Amino acid sequence: MNAFIEKLRRPAREAAASGTDKATSPFWVMVQKEFGDHIRSWRFVILLAIVTLACAGSIYASVTALKNGQSSDQSGDTSFLFLKMFTESDGSLPNFLTFLSFLAPLIGIAIGFDAVNSERNKGTLSRIMSQPVYRDDFLNAKFVAGLLLIAVVVFSLGFLVMGMGLFTIGYPPTPEEFWRVFVTLIITTVYVGLWLNLALLFSVRFRQSATSALSGIAVWIFFLVFYGMIVNLIGSVTAPSNPNDAAAILHQQNWLMLLNRLSPAYLFQEAASTLLLPDTRTLNPFITQDQAYLAINAPLSFGQSLLLVWPQVVAIVAETALSFAASYVTFMRQEIRARS
Amino acid sequence: MEQAVIELSGLTKRYGEFTAVSGLNLSIRAGEIFGLLGPNGAGKTTTILMMLGLTEPTAGTATVCGIDATRNPMLVKRRVGYMPDDVGFYEDRSGFDNLVYTARLNGIPLQEARQRAEQLLERVGLAEAAHKRTGTYSRGMRQRLGLADVLIKQPEVIILDEPTLGIDPEGVRELLALIRDLSRKDGLTVLLSSHHLHQVQQICDRVGLFVGGKLIASGDLDDLSRELEGGPSYLVEADVRGWTPELADAIAAIEQVTSVSAGDADALENAAVSHEGSVTVRVAGTADITPQLASVIVGSGAQLIGLRPTRYGLDEIYHRYFEGGDSRERIH
Repeated sequence: MNAFIEKLRRPAREAAASGTDKATSPFWVMVQKEFGDHIRSWRFVILLAIVTLACAGSIYASVTALKNGQSSDQSGDTSFLFLKMFTESDGSLPNFLTFLSFLAPLIGIAIGFDAVNSERNKGTLSRIMSQPVYRDDFLNAKFVAGLLLIAVVVFSLGFLVMGMGLFTIGYPPTPEEFWRVFVTLIITTVYVGLWLNLALLFSVRFRQSATSALSGIAVWIFFLVFYGMIVNLIGSVTAPSNPNDAAAILHQQNWLMLLNRLSPAYLFQEAASTLLLPDTRTLNPFITQDQAYLAINAPLSFGQSLLLVWPQVVAIVAETALSFAASYVTFMRQEIRARS
Repeated sequence: MEQAVIELSGLTKRYGEFTAVSGLNLSIRAGEIFGLLGPNGAGKTTTILMMLGLTEPTAGTATVCGIDATRNPMLVKRRVGYMPDDVGFYEDRSGFDNLVYTARLNGIPLQEARQRAEQLLERVGLAEAAHKRTGTYSRGMRQRLGLADVLIKQPEVIILDEPTLGIDPEGVRELLALIRDLSRKDGLTVLLSSHHLHQVQQICDRVGLFVGGKLIASGDLDDLSRELEGGPSYLVEADVRGWTPELADAIAAIEQVTSVSAGDADALENAAVSHEGSVTVRVAGTADITPQLASVIVGSGAQLIGLRPTRYGLDEIYHRYFEGGDSRERIH
């Protein structure tokens, strides 16, 4: 038995012995290279330009709205004024949050859609795989590099918007507001990571990068446009026949909610808007009259908002993990030949 | 026999119904150049992938440098350099960058990686193009860069899949010279696969003939000739004027001669001008029988116009093995 364990250990030890101590592990070498490639690529520049324009536009719209006092709050309440920059709009352009939830998937897809299949088609994959690197390291490196890049983009945009807002409205954020925005940016990164992963999955599965890009975009549009419609359709079809049966209606609505929450776009929308709109007290559409009557009409504290969106965040992470697992399994079982 | 560096036993790979490699046994000694020869789709690449642990064999084992390639691909990949056919590089990076990247994937520190990359680029003759993007490289340059890429980890064994594919004749000559140089000077074991007989013939110590997933013969040229079914290893063609059946008998009576056939000079086989009234005789034997043949012909009073000793080349052997075989494997 001991001998057997020794035998199992030996390869690892030999590997440790032969690997030089100072050299970076192949994984980080790959991450570095991927990151560098992304930053140098034209696609990244274009993407950055689109997202920056969208952000600038939304900031303009929200600042105009704030200046005109078009805020939905008629009481002239200035609480969380800073956060309103991210959620208000004068109607000419969507607000920052809407833009973000709309464009975030695009960033993910654009970065990941040709990650694996372009290497395959260029014949570099088989060359890399014949080096002493683990196969999963390759995939992990693609993901980590992409996610790092996304984090950099999302955070720099978020802080840019904050800075510009500070500059134009001259109203500093409270620490709570800052942390709310910060956490929203983290959630955005995770959300884009999900799309990156999905794009990676397609790039492993499809040999043509055009096919994988199209399927990524198709899924994006599906969730953005059609999914809500389909859920509504199901809702109207399965509506209980007796409108007075409260229990049945509740049950059906809960089901619809669950269906809706399968969509990552919906989850993100819920999570981000709860964090940026502290007035959101619940994500459940049904509250009893007692609950509505007795609830204190005050914004939630940061911790409570976070608690409210925690399930959403977990769900997004879970969906990310699922699609990563799928691409992992597909990739590990694929045979790697030169250019095929 | 020296210790085998690559040892394949009963190696089999099936894709569903199709058997790509079946029951392959092969051992390659240290420091030799072994040519894996076969038509397209014979299973050469699959065999190589199994040696590197990139594909799992259905049955059998592949042992490289004493390590089971299926179980421990990482250790094998540390010691073996592999150049895939139609090798690809990151096109928007320079050749130098590509090499450094490979080196760093092998755990070589940056400083050393740079040095090695420079030396190797010098050695394969790409020093001037080192900092150009590989997208601008020609096919031959890419292949040479591929060789440098294989060597940068200082392997014990290099496996080259179709290294000469798509390069012009001069490029092929240079590349082959480079490969032979590497094997002789650095003591590298080289396994190269090809379907170009002549190139393999030029540099390989031993050759394995691979058809339809089976290794049908292996050995050096003489071995292969001998392994041919009743195959003669020497063939002499003689153009004779005044041919008589008696002469044929006399030739057949020479020791070691196995067959004599007379016919008109074959326009396809040789470009020699057919002389008026002359007959081309093809005499096959188990040893070099040219002198005896000449003396017998001259002694019989016939006129000997031409005498061409023809050693069985791989070409002949290749044809022998593949003729009559169905062309099914060429489809794949």
